[in-house]
Amino acid sequence: MSSRPGVPHPAWNRMAGLTRGLADFPRQVLAVAESDIRKLRHDPVELFSRMVQPMLWLLIFGEVFNRAHVIDTGAVTYLDFIAPGILAQSVLFAAIFYGVSVIWERDLGILQKFLVSPAPRTALVLGRALSSGVRGLAQGTAVYLLSLLLGVHLRAEPAALAGVIATVMAGAAIFCTFSLIVACIVKTRERFMGIGQVLTMPLFFASNAIYPIAMMPSWLQHLARLNPLTYQVDALRALLIYGSESTFGLGVDFGVQILVLAVLTAIASRLYPGIIN
Amino acid sequence: MDASRPAGKPTAAADSAGAAVAMVGLTRRFGNLLAVDHVDCSIAPRTIFGLLGTNGAGKSTVIKMLTTLLPVSEGSARVAGFDVTHEARAVRNHIGYVPQMLSADGELTGYENLLISAKLYGIRPALRRERIEQALAFMELEDSAGRRVAKYSGGMIRRLEIAQALLHRPAVLFLDEPTVGLDPAARHAVWQRIRDLRHEFGTTILLTTHDMDEADKLCEELAFMDLGKIVAGGRPAELKAQIGPEASLEDVFMRYTGSSLLERGDFRNVQQTRRTASRLE
Repeated sequence: MSSRPGVPHPAWNRMAGLTRGLADFPRQVLAVAESDIRKLRHDPVELFSRMVQPMLWLLIFGEVFNRAHVIDTGAVTYLDFIAPGILAQSVLFAAIFYGVSVIWERDLGILQKFLVSPAPRTALVLGRALSSGVRGLAQGTAVYLLSLLLGVHLRAEPAALAGVIATVMAGAAIFCTFSLIVACIVKTRERFMGIGQVLTMPLFFASNAIYPIAMMPSWLQHLARLNPLTYQVDALRALLIYGSESTFGLGVDFGVQILVLAVLTAIASRLYPGIIN
Repeated sequence: MDASRPAGKPTAAADSAGAAVAMVGLTRRFGNLLAVDHVDCSIAPRTIFGLLGTNGAGKSTVIKMLTTLLPVSEGSARVAGFDVTHEARAVRNHIGYVPQMLSADGELTGYENLLISAKLYGIRPALRRERIEQALAFMELEDSAGRRVAKYSGGMIRRLEIAQALLHRPAVLFLDEPTVGLDPAARHAVWQRIRDLRHEFGTTILLTTHDMDEADKLCEELAFMDLGKIVAGGRPAELKAQIGPEASLEDVFMRYTGSSLLERGDFRNVQQTRRTASRLE
């Protein structure tokens, strides 16, 4: 191979390729995300339709249980307690069906184009995760404003808000990559929708989103501790609500999320090319 | 002539050194099904090469392996000098691919489609605008660049997709059924663009088709695929001359496969082709 005239030695090629690759990687991640976000800008209806569900949870469920005082939420009101949970839930619901759009793009041939480009698979997956994160932020902002209207005691210090943004984006990215993995395995929209429905409710109920872990039977407590959503809600509660404290500590919350995202990204990058076959 | 040894069959060993595409014993299995069966084929640079066969003959599977979308089961292939299995990234850097399905994103404008492609291919910002404008001009799409692709006609979408696949000046361009479902005027426009492309950039073009007219008028070299194998190959005129003075490519195909091009192909393949065709209308 090295004898090919006019072509540098392969080792040199690899080195040059690596440095170029390092510079290109963030650009390629951004390109994948950009394609998605531009679509959202052309058609933001989806964002509005996704607002209905969190609104119902806060306005109806939240208000009713706020009066009932049946769930012990310590120093904070029930509405204060549930608002971060509903924010995390709305981000989860938006991200978990991300895989459907990837299957759809596969059926259209759009995905094939991404896969024949020199962009590394990891960049393709992280680009999706980033775009899901941006959608999650739009979603989160809406729930934040709604909570404000309902009189939830929200914190507004810049550092806390930065933490909220990071948590929301990480949560959206985690469930988006999880959704990509499911899409790569099931491969059809019909099967995906079935599985998506089956997954979301357990993830939601086996978490601290609408009741404290301490109230759960012990088997459910164990499940809740394995659920990434629990750590997102835990972080959001500490960062969003006056007088609320983190159960696990913010360090643990962020550590768990980063670890989960790294593992899921590695798995998704591996499976991603297989989705077209 | 001896029917078991087609005279025009391309040979891999002889001229694969400087080839734009070289396949040696290239094979793909799906379970027990041999979709591509030990294909040897070599394509010289700057050629418009047609892979001709029925739906389900294995053409798309060959393209998917050459574009690194599908792992090779056995044998090997080199594209633009790089091995598709061991140097997949390098291959992807040097090729363009237009899938059979309409792969431009309908929810984005033509310009946005090109912009995303340019970024994916790591084209530097300084060069990006120029390349995109050149591609738009080359494919005669300047006036519709700002419109959503969902509003484009089928021929325009195909031209946009070729523009997308050209931005990084690939050495080899793969077109899977580029004109399926297009009306005659749009087909001729796409053909002309393909010829110009080869002329202007020296691009090697490998396209699949099951259309004899396209094979005859556009392609300089052909390989006939049947049941995963290449059964004949050569220049269209040579292939026809082997059969007889008045022979058509359809006759050539009948001669080597024993059946008409129109009769073969399984349900799923036909369904997919029709779906693409109906989206184009």
